[in-house]
Amino acid sequence: MKQNNFGYLVHEGVRSLFRHGFTSFAAICITAVCLVIFGCFGMIAYNLGLLLDDLQAESRVLVFVDENYSQAEAKSVGSQINLMDNVADAVFVSREEAFAKFLAQNEDDEVYEGVEAATLRDQFEITLIDNSKMDETIAALRGMQGVAKVNAQTGVVNRLLTLQTFAGTAAAVVAPVLLLVSLVIIFNTIKLAMLDRREEIAIMRMVGATKQFIRLPFVVEGLLLGLFGSILSFFVLWGVYDLIRNAIAASLDFMSLIPFTQMLIPVAMLCGGIGLFIGVLGSLMSIRKFLKV
Amino acid sequence: MIDLINAVKTYETGTRALNGVDIHIDDGEFVFLVGQSGSGKSTIIKLLTGEIKPDGGSVLVNGYRLESIRRSSVPYLRRTLGVIFQDFRLIANKTVYENVSFAMRVIGASNAEIKKRVPYVLDLVGLETKARRLPHELSGGEQQRVAIARALINNPTMIIADEPTGNLDPARSFEIMLLLEQINALGTTVMVVTHEKGLVDRFTKRVIAIEGGKVISDGMDGYYNYEAE
Ligand SMILES: Nc1ncnc2c1ncn2[C@@H]1O[C@H](COP(=O)(O)OP(=O)(O)OP(=O)(O)O)[C@@H](O)[C@H]1O
Ligand SMILES: [Mg+2]
Repeated sequence: MKQNNFGYLVHEGVRSLFRHGFTSFAAICITAVCLVIFGCFGMIAYNLGLLLDDLQAESRVLVFVDENYSQAEAKSVGSQINLMDNVADAVFVSREEAFAKFLAQNEDDEVYEGVEAATLRDQFEITLIDNSKMDETIAALRGMQGVAKVNAQTGVVNRLLTLQTFAGTAAAVVAPVLLLVSLVIIFNTIKLAMLDRREEIAIMRMVGATKQFIRLPFVVEGLLLGLFGSILSFFVLWGVYDLIRNAIAASLDFMSLIPFTQMLIPVAMLCGGIGLFIGVLGSLMSIRKFLKV
Repeated sequence: MIDLINAVKTYETGTRALNGVDIHIDDGEFVFLVGQSGSGKSTIIKLLTGEIKPDGGSVLVNGYRLESIRRSSVPYLRRTLGVIFQDFRLIANKTVYENVSFAMRVIGASNAEIKKRVPYVLDLVGLETKARRLPHELSGGEQQRVAIARALINNPTMIIADEPTGNLDPARSFEIMLLLEQINALGTTVMVVTHEKGLVDRFTKRVIAIEGGKVISDGMDGYYNYEAE
C-alpha cells in the first residue's frame, strides 16, 4: 500500500473518531472501566500468588518424635516422612541442636537456666510441595508411628488460599461479561460511524474504491478506541493500585503489595493486548454486519 | 465499449425488467437511451456498473464480463466508468474541491496527482471559481457540474448519466448536455438516459429507445417514438 493511502486511512479513522466525539469518548471510558476492574482482580490474584509463594518457602511443619525413640529410630521415622507425596524436604534437628537453638533465642532469659537438652524431643523441619494440601499431610503425619506431635501454622495459609480462589473465580466470571460489554460498545460505536457516513460509502463504491479501502478506516477507528481505552485503563490502574498499596502499607505490617513498577510491562501488555483485540474485533463484527460492500 | 447480447434481468419480486436487450456502443460514441418510466433504463445502467447481475445473455463493459465478474473486480470496472445521477449525490459537508478530490483519494491517488488533476477538471466544467463552496451554496446546474467533474476525475473511458437533467430547468439542462457533448468531443464515450424529448431533438445523436425491457428502435436520426407522460 502506498504511503499516502496509509496516511489517508489513519487520518479518516481519527477524523471519524472525533466526528462523534461523545460516543467515542463513552466507548473509550467503558472499555477502560472494564479493563480496570479486570486488572484489579488480576493484580490481587498476582500479589496473593507471590505472598503464598513466600509463605510456602518460609512455612514449615514441625514434627516432634516420640522422646523414647533413639536417634537412629527417629531417623527412620524421617525416611518414612520423606517418602510422603507432599513432602519436599524433611530436615532432622536433634534434641541437642534444638536445645542450642532454643537457648540462643532465649539467651538472656534466666527462667530457662537449668533446662536440659534431654527434656526436648528430636524434630523434623518439613517443607511441603503444595501448601494447599497441608491439612491432609498433617493428618497423615499425626497418624504415623513414633510421631508425638505436629506443629504448623495453617490458619494464614488457608485464608490466603481462600482469598486467591475467590479472586481467581471472580475474575473468571467477571472477565467475559466485561469483555462482552466493551465489545458491544465498540460494535455500536462503529455502527454509528458507518451510518454517519452512508453517503460517503455509497460514493466510494460508485467511484470504484476497493472493499478493503472502504473498510479499513473503520478498523482503524475500532483499533484507536481499544488503544485509548487501554492507555486510560493503564494509568487509572496505576493510580488505584498505588492508593491500595499505600493504604495496606500504612495499616498492615504482615503483608505488602509489590510496587506497580514491577508489573509495568505485563500490565501494559495485558491492557494493550485486550484493548486492541476488543477494538479490532468489535469493528470487524460491525463492518461484517452493517457494511455491505 | 459496451456489448449487451440478449440481456435478461428479472428482479426478486418477479418483475422482468429486461427481456432480451441487444446494445452495442463503441468507444467515442454519444448515445441517448430513452423510454417510458419503468421500461428498464435504470436497470440497464445497474447492469453496466455491476450493481446487479444479468440472469441471462451476456454483458461486456470495457473488457469486463459482467455475468461472471468477481466481486473483487467490480471496483476496477467502476474506475473505467463515470456515473451521474439525477439527484447529484454530493457530500453535503464537503466543498466542491473536496467532493471531486474525494473520488480520486479513495482509489489511492497521490496528493501530487490530486493537486494537478482537480483544478483541470473543475476548469473543464466551469467551476474553477467555486472550488471552496459547499453544495448547498450552488445552483442545481452547478451541483450537477460538480457531479460531472467527479465522474470525470479518474479519467474514465465512459460517462453514464441517469436522467442528469431531471431536476433542472430547460436552459440549465441544455447547458449540461452541451457540456457532456464537449466531454464526448475530448474522447470520452457518453451515454445519457433521459425522458426529455425536446432535449434529445436538439442534438443529432444516436438514440436507443427501450420499451418493456426490449430495444424498440436504435438510430442516428435523433428521433424516437415515445409518448411523453
Ligand atoms: N430493485 C428493484 N426490485 C424490484 N423491481 C424493480 C427494482 N428496480 C426496478 N424494478 C422494476 O423493474 C422495471 C424497470 O425499472 P427501471 O428502474 O429500470 O425503469 P426506468 O426505465 O429506469 O424507469 P424511470 O424512467 O421511471 O426511471 C420496473 O417495472 C420497476 O418497477
Ligand atoms: Mg430510471
